Amino acid sequence: MKILVCITHVPDTTSKIQFTDNNTKFDTTGVQFIIGPYDDYALARAVELRDQTGGKLTVLNVGLAESDPTLRKALAIGADEAIRVNAEPKDSFFVASQIAHYAKEGGYDLILMGRESIDFNGGMVHGMVGEILGMPSFSPVMKLDVEGSTVKMAREIEGGKEMLEATLPLIAGCQEPIAEWKIPNMRGIMSARTKPLNVVEAVSEETQAEATQYQLPPAKGAVKLIDKDNVGELVKLLKNEAKVL
Amino acid sequence: MAILVYIEHAGGKVKKTSLEAVSFANALAAKTNEGEVVAVALGAIGDDELASVGSAGAAKVLHASDDRLSAGVIQAHASAVAQAFEKVGAKTVVLAKSSLGDAVAARLAIKIKAGLVSNVVELPDTSSGYQVKRSIYTGKAFAMTAVETENKILAIKKNAVDLKTDGAPASVESFEVSLADSDFASKITSTEQATGEILLPEADIVVSGGRGMKGPENWGMIEDLAKTLGAATGCSKPVSDIGWRPHHEHVGQTGVKVAPTLYVAIGISGAIQHLAGVNSSKYIVVINKDPEAPFFKAADYGIVGDAFEVVPKLNEALKAEL
Repeated sequence: MKILVCITHVPDTTSKIQFTDNNTKFDTTGVQFIIGPYDDYALARAVELRDQTGGKLTVLNVGLAESDPTLRKALAIGADEAIRVNAEPKDSFFVASQIAHYAKEGGYDLILMGRESIDFNGGMVHGMVGEILGMPSFSPVMKLDVEGSTVKMAREIEGGKEMLEATLPLIAGCQEPIAEWKIPNMRGIMSARTKPLNVVEAVSEETQAEATQYQLPPAKGAVKLIDKDNVGELVKLLKNEAKVL
Repeated sequence: MAILVYIEHAGGKVKKTSLEAVSFANALAAKTNEGEVVAVALGAIGDDELASVGSAGAAKVLHASDDRLSAGVIQAHASAVAQAFEKVGAKTVVLAKSSLGDAVAARLAIKIKAGLVSNVVELPDTSSGYQVKRSIYTGKAFAMTAVETENKILAIKKNAVDLKTDGAPASVESFEVSLADSDFASKITSTEQATGEILLPEADIVVSGGRGMKGPENWGMIEDLAKTLGAATGCSKPVSDIGWRPHHEHVGQTGVKVAPTLYVAIGISGAIQHLAGVNSSKYIVVINKDPEAPFFKAADYGIVGDAFEVVPKLNEALKAEL
């Protein structure tokens, strides 16, 4: 089976978010970048499936050279080769167009990615790629098993989950608990250095909805502490001040 | 001209988040002179219930009652909404963010060549171009997004607008959809859903417990408080990781993001990943015995004290008041 996993290169979940250049650019000062946590689940499941069924696992990122260490980490975790589409990921449509082009060229059976990136949180790329390629797309997928050409999945819905069956090829946006995150071991890290990382050019420049300006939420006021022996005071505040009861 | 709203329903009722989407479209249509609001509903649901969507500001509801659409098959829904879009002659589609809504919106965007903005938090600014404010970095920031296409899709976040409730009943029109076999290439074999509970992503009040609850056997206290408040229950990531509570209750960066008017956190320290899932809440109450818990910095009201002592007392005080 040929598996493609698309990963994002995003600020670590503990990062303090700040902007520069008159609030038009993300401030990378002191920020550590990681594989998107949801993408990490997709990658972990893909490694398991590749080990089960054989075949080849390719990781792809749309990004500039800063993404290379993130792709190397994915290779260390177990991907066989990496592709970087050398372009800034401008919006969901732009990224989906790149992925759809290279996915078609590669003829993959299964395309996995995270349910959403943790920077822009759109959660739209998998569905767009599916529609462009005429493949079914599913998200957020929390369980995925392949039996021959049949794929059995569980998709999270509000307050529960639905079980699905579909056939390959397909696309899934993944989330926990589809697999446990994999930590690269020394052998993986060594072999990642020599695995191929191919840089290719963007196939289209078209964008549809680009971010132009960023804002931070207003600072939160100080907490009002209420004595633990006077919970009635909290009820009063919720009723009369916050007016939420 | 019209704005199309894709509405979802469950248990014979139109979802409240969909009514918010209709309210949003109603306000948007008034702002951009896009005419009336037409909603599209798919699958089996009563016409009286659909007419009630008028209260939120829809003039008309197109109802494709084909039973194959009753289950939320993503591709089939995307095809049906695209056909409604053509029929109505709309330029804009509004929908509420949800598990199904997101999946449908992404495919629809390609079908109708629309610029898509997700997590929209307020009406677009049309003073120069078409700028949409959306929540990014899991609620830690906002981005103004310039939509460059003629057709547009806005997937709105909960609480983006006030719910409109004073509209006249909508007219309900049946709507024939032509669906191909390929639209049903996937099959939903079964659904497991908590019934009779308030759904976490849609709740106005959420009560969550963390590791400070010491074990799943102590969740009765959380549930009692939630019941008094008419709230949904949630939990922190460690709690769902160790299996005290189901995954769909996990609130946080990689779990459910909630936007209630009131969020009550009990025995949760407030790791930045948890805060990312709750920072769109209007008011936050934190109950924790550790005065240094980082959650207090993000809270509006706090009680430093043992949950096992404070929560039952709070529940009694609320019961007396409500």
